[in-house]
Amino acid sequence: MNMRHPLANARGLGSAKSGTSHWWGQRVTALLLIPLVIWMLYVVIVYANQPYQVLQVFFSHSYNSILAILLILAMLRHAQLGMQVVIEDYVHSQPLETILQLLVKLCALTGAITGVLAVVRLALQG
Amino acid sequence: MATEKNTPTQQQRPISPFMIGPYYKPQFSSILSIAHRASGVFLSIFGSLILIYWLFGLSRGPVAFQQVMNNLTSIPGMLLLAMLCFAIYYHFFNGLRHLIWDTGRMLEIDQANRSAIVVLICSAGATLVTLAIAGGLL
Repeated sequence: MNMRHPLANARGLGSAKSGTSHWWGQRVTALLLIPLVIWMLYVVIVYANQPYQVLQVFFSHSYNSILAILLILAMLRHAQLGMQVVIEDYVHSQPLETILQLLVKLCALTGAITGVLAVVRLALQG
Repeated sequence: MATEKNTPTQQQRPISPFMIGPYYKPQFSSILSIAHRASGVFLSIFGSLILIYWLFGLSRGPVAFQQVMNNLTSIPGMLLLAMLCFAIYYHFFNGLRHLIWDTGRMLEIDQANRSAIVVLICSAGATLVTLAIAGGLL
């Protein structure tokens, strides 16, 4: 039985029944990012001042490429989900909010493609 | 009462989140909470951008990579990296705190205040150690 007032249905506001998957996605990517960020910090701290060739060899190993791609995808998904909530909370103009939400998704997707492309290119050079 | 539903006062009620503004006094916990969001937004934009910029430069060859490293080791570049360093540690440690809360633990006010201090000490300490390593290597 639908307990909602017909007017509420007509307005179309309120729960879109997607809150749980959003909440869960934010936590799952957060958990995934714990080991991946530790790995990234290790790479940045240890390899930051190494010459180009050393880094190229590092990223020619498939396990490093896999970790780098996992990091990029988990990071950008986590960022997109987080930015979505921030925009939902603070941007109260409906057209601007829609534009920003789409822009964030476009940026995350473009970033993912660019990052994965770079890692694949590095993997193929090795 | 049903007749109160469409009164102007209801329309003017604060929209969530209303922790900033005239309704709530700033508190330790709310400052850390907004800092988690702020660091998240900062990392989403600049953290992602710098990481992908670095990887993309690396994939384009030694000349492009040298240009990337020149930009990152310039004064504005290093300033940005230092800010990213603190942001990432803070968001990491405070994120762990949030994940512990999600399991229903450490939610008492005194526990939350103590874990907040732990988060601040850990992120400041980790930032200093990382910057010291970076400075020593340069």
